[in-house]
Amino acid sequence: MRSFAYVRPPDVAAAVRAVAAEPDAKFLGGGTNLVDLMREGIERPGTVVDVTGLPLQQIEELPGGGVRIGALVRNSSLAAHRLIRTRYPMLAQAILSGASAQLRNMATVGGNLLQRTRCLYFYDGAAACNKREPGAGCAARDGFHRGGAILGASGACVATHPSDMCVALAALDAVVEAESVRGVRRIPLAGFHRLPGDTPHIETELAADELITAVELPASPVAAHSRYRKVRDRASYAFALVSVAAALEVRHGAVTGVRLALGGVAAKPWRASKAEQALLGAPATEESFRHAAEIELAPAEGLPGNAFKIELARRTIVATLRQVLTQGGAA
Amino acid sequence: MPAVLLRVNGTTHELDLEPQVSLLDALREHLGLTGTKKGCDQGACGACTVLADGVRVNACLALAVQYEGREITTIEGVASPLQAAFVAHDGFQCGYCTSGQICSAIGMLAEHGDDVPSAVTEHLAAGGVELTDAEIRERMSGNLCRCGAYNGIVAAIKEVAGADAAARVPAEAAR
Amino acid sequence: MTGPRDATNQNQLMTQMESPPRPQSAAGPVVGKPIDRVDGQAKTSGQARFAAEYPYPGLAYAALVHSTVARGRVTGFDVAEAAAVPGVLTILTHENAPSMKPPPRATLTNGGMIVTGTTVNYLNTDEVHWNGQPVAVVVAETLEAAREAAGLVRVAYRESQATVDFATEEEHAVPLKGNPLQRGTARKGDAEAAFRVAPVSVDLRFTTPPLNHNAIEPHATTAVWDGDRLTVHEGTQGIAWLRAHLAARFGVPEASVRVISPFVGGAFGGKGPVWAGTLLTVLAARATGRPVRMMLTREGVYRTVGGRSPSIQRVALGAAADGRLTALIHTGVTGTGRVGGLPEAVTSPSGHLYAAPNILLRHSLVELDLLPNTFMRAPGEAPGTFALEAAMDELADKLGMDPITLRMRNEPETNPIDGKRFSHRLLREAYAYGAQRFGWADRTPEPGSMRDGRWLVGMGVATAHHGTMRFTANVTVRLSADGSVLVRCGLQEMGMGAATAQAQIAADALGVPFEAVRVEYGDSTLPTGPGAGASAQTVSVAASLLAACDKLRRKVRALGEGGSLAEILARAGRDHVEAAVGSQTRLGTLAGQAKFIAKFLRDHRRWVKAGCGAQFCEVRVDPDTGEIRVSRWLGVFDVGKVINAKTAASQLRGGIVMGIGMALSEETLVDPRTGRIMNPSLAEYHVPVHADIPPIDIHYLDEPDPTMPLGLLGLGEIGVTGVAAAIANAVHHATGKRVHDLPITLDKLL
Repeated sequence: MRSFAYVRPPDVAAAVRAVAAEPDAKFLGGGTNLVDLMREGIERPGTVVDVTGLPLQQIEELPGGGVRIGALVRNSSLAAHRLIRTRYPMLAQAILSGASAQLRNMATVGGNLLQRTRCLYFYDGAAACNKREPGAGCAARDGFHRGGAILGASGACVATHPSDMCVALAALDAVVEAESVRGVRRIPLAGFHRLPGDTPHIETELAADELITAVELPASPVAAHSRYRKVRDRASYAFALVSVAAALEVRHGAVTGVRLALGGVAAKPWRASKAEQALLGAPATEESFRHAAEIELAPAEGLPGNAFKIELARRTIVATLRQVLTQGGAA
Repeated sequence: MPAVLLRVNGTTHELDLEPQVSLLDALREHLGLTGTKKGCDQGACGACTVLADGVRVNACLALAVQYEGREITTIEGVASPLQAAFVAHDGFQCGYCTSGQICSAIGMLAEHGDDVPSAVTEHLAAGGVELTDAEIRERMSGNLCRCGAYNGIVAAIKEVAGADAAARVPAEAAR
Repeated sequence: MTGPRDATNQNQLMTQMESPPRPQSAAGPVVGKPIDRVDGQAKTSGQARFAAEYPYPGLAYAALVHSTVARGRVTGFDVAEAAAVPGVLTILTHENAPSMKPPPRATLTNGGMIVTGTTVNYLNTDEVHWNGQPVAVVVAETLEAAREAAGLVRVAYRESQATVDFATEEEHAVPLKGNPLQRGTARKGDAEAAFRVAPVSVDLRFTTPPLNHNAIEPHATTAVWDGDRLTVHEGTQGIAWLRAHLAARFGVPEASVRVISPFVGGAFGGKGPVWAGTLLTVLAARATGRPVRMMLTREGVYRTVGGRSPSIQRVALGAAADGRLTALIHTGVTGTGRVGGLPEAVTSPSGHLYAAPNILLRHSLVELDLLPNTFMRAPGEAPGTFALEAAMDELADKLGMDPITLRMRNEPETNPIDGKRFSHRLLREAYAYGAQRFGWADRTPEPGSMRDGRWLVGMGVATAHHGTMRFTANVTVRLSADGSVLVRCGLQEMGMGAATAQAQIAADALGVPFEAVRVEYGDSTLPTGPGAGASAQTVSVAASLLAACDKLRRKVRALGEGGSLAEILARAGRDHVEAAVGSQTRLGTLAGQAKFIAKFLRDHRRWVKAGCGAQFCEVRVDPDTGEIRVSRWLGVFDVGKVINAKTAASQLRGGIVMGIGMALSEETLVDPRTGRIMNPSLAEYHVPVHADIPPIDIHYLDEPDPTMPLGLLGLGEIGVTGVAAAIANAVHHATGKRVHDLPITLDKLL
């Protein structure tokens, strides 16, 4: 780990000023990803601005039924919160499916949004990776890419976003609030993470000097009937091969509300909008679910080591929707 | 080097630490508290689990300087019936993951007491989740044991959790 | 600054843990009882010290620089940036490192050389033999500086063509020559001819991936030179082997080297050989004149400590309609490194398990420019039983026969491959008992016929098997007039409860309470112990300990009669009496070894000794996603006599847990383009977690083997054998799908 200056600012204004002043400064939250990457030499900030002491730790109910989540709320606190468990169970389940209890106790909401990929070639400094070193090439495409993307990948990068929490946030139309010396802005989560294209090293819309201060969830009655299903290579403490966040509202046998997002399939949490459109108004049947999944996954492209994820995603979408339909949400 | 005030097992230590020193290395290399183990230094094994204000965290991914002002408890500061239960149920072999398992179990029982759910909790809204084998196993999955002492660890935790629950019931009934 | 880094408290360098005895044994014998571990209190309170946990004043830290090419020569280093990191003391490369002797050849009496991990003379050569080989070492004042600087060393190479892809090298495999203990080819009758005419047959190809031990304690060394005297703290499976090896490599007498290893944080074979980290820590300490510590990073363990070889296996079985085998063909290809490694004897179980009149076993090897492989729990038999036992299940299927019935129909009276007598074999009893206890009769044979809600349920069985070994062991035992007993032996404790078991043995042999016995171990200043490998440590020490106790009893009885041994001592006015087994002199050791080997080979010609067992499992498979969960397990074992019911069950259980990982999730990913391990981390190499492991029911038959000391057959490794096959067979029962390539990940069921 490169030696760095450690700064603990007293408030948000000081924090964003501190990062704006140093081109190689980074915000530090729970450290569960950044400290690891710093020790690996992949991240090498010269200044670390520890924001964990800032007063961004509240979970508040918004007028109209939404929820505002401070960016420094720990993942475990968010998952355990009554409002989340009852109104957005898919979000609680998604968080609880990620990492381990220890890591969830450390990780912050803001940090979780900015997690970097687990691609094996990104982590190995000896390998070619366009994310780490633009223009170096992508060793994963012809190498090991079991965790790699089946949607929205490019010739330059097949990495996936590793967060579970973000998959639920994508399904829930969350909005990210960010602050910098230039002011405060709101970024819909749907557009927060970027697909790789030719610039896989640019992973989000967030500028380097912007601090995530909050995430807002709009009111969503359908979200009360929701689940998160994560499929992985062991029963716990592993990243997703495929995950599905699904909310479903059915009246008189027809789908009247649906939210669907996928994890483990793309460089961003994948909101399955096409599937949602196909489902709205359709009969709530296994056939409809399968049809919707097929529409969403029609553009999916597999590589030799991850093509199975197309079928797996299809099946997991159907299974998760079926479970919400037959057993209700996780709340 | 900046002075860092670390409070560990009830004692405050003033250490000269570079900010890149992890809480784990501060404990092991600077305080000689080697009971906390390093297994991966990547947050992938749980051997370094300690309690920060009673909350279990991985000390390898914690910068020591970030934990100033927190009350750190390591295995050396633990006096829990879990320790005897681990011995009785043979919840370890080589002993290397054991400190982390025990600290993790202490944190886990506290989380359960605070009504924190897990990924296998059936009904998130209900609260008062029963600590079944499946719940214990999921909640302890952040602590790897390569010797494979998982059955003994679960048995030890169940014994202690059961005793806790038994102790709680009459107290509540008395109210 | 506070803390023991500044402390010079030498009593921290204790080599044994003093744990307050827990009264737990009632009067009477304790062998066989579920006695708590003597080091339980130390291990649950953080007091047990491992290799990287000994403070020394002036301690420096080392970190490795790994090559990024598979084969070639180092043409230069740019160390400017690395050397500029504050706190860096030196950067050692082949251009400036002190010399180290290359490892001499291994001989039967030269244990120190048997444990040569690789033949590379690190930092004494510019040659690179695998991707990840250490090519430089940074020594610094702090851990952080050493690691940071190691990442900044730039290395230039001249690459040469490397062969790194095991899968494509199969056709170049060369038949193994073999030796008396491991034959390359073995045959009985004409198996190929018999197979061709067999009424019912299966001919199957299996593959198993490279695997890593992943002991949770990364390999760590603390090395201190005082003139020509060397002290090394190291988690090792072979204290004496390591001492001999270090003495030879650094050109000092064995007596000048002290190895201290009271606790080993898991090993599983990976801490048997001597690897780069150990040698280079010692070298760095010599170069800097400072005590040096190096704990490998987890990545460093993958890059410098060999694992289990991958395998490609063919099992072809021919049978009559009644299920009697007429032909058994088991061939296997495994890999080794060009600079070391050993043949993973995958075909070995097929010489012992089934009474086929025609058997052909053939093992071939490919040499690769990879980190050499090494022993990993049940070498050969873990992957070998996967292929054989999965093939037996398929044959049973084809015959329309219950898989246990098929096995029992082919249960041999004598060792199938050579007709030697079994010293002991209760496999029939294991299956009979297990089938009843597990509820095998409730299994409906049709695949996919059992369900629990949406889950597909499958039940599978497979046979476990592991050959028995023994080494020499020197032991002293001392009885004091106060009734206390001290057993001294340089044995290793990696989690098997070694000291606890030996204390039980001594207590019974001398008729003293368990609490009266203390065992000193884990230090090369003690009488030379055996290596902890091949499931042989407990029995090896037990043999000598029993002999020593016998000697001791005779010595005491010579002093008088009546009452306990301690009372005789007290009456005779003696403070203590001691008895020793084994010579500590070089000549005496050689003579002892020669005698032992002669006896061992004589015994080997006469008997086949092995543990065996029946693994029963139940799996649930999600019909949507193919996720597999093991939901129930029973292992019934014939491992001879069991010393400690508690620790033995734990060890057998631990083997099964490792087998579950091997079956379902473990795989070291070697990039076929570069030879580089791409998942060198516990996040991406999936060992089982708590949530993967169901309650594991262990039963052992506890009948002593008549030919072994105390009747022990060894049980450290057998647990892992047969596990992957039992799971594969259960998965087939649940889904109708046969998976021949480990691990059985969900994509293979979609």
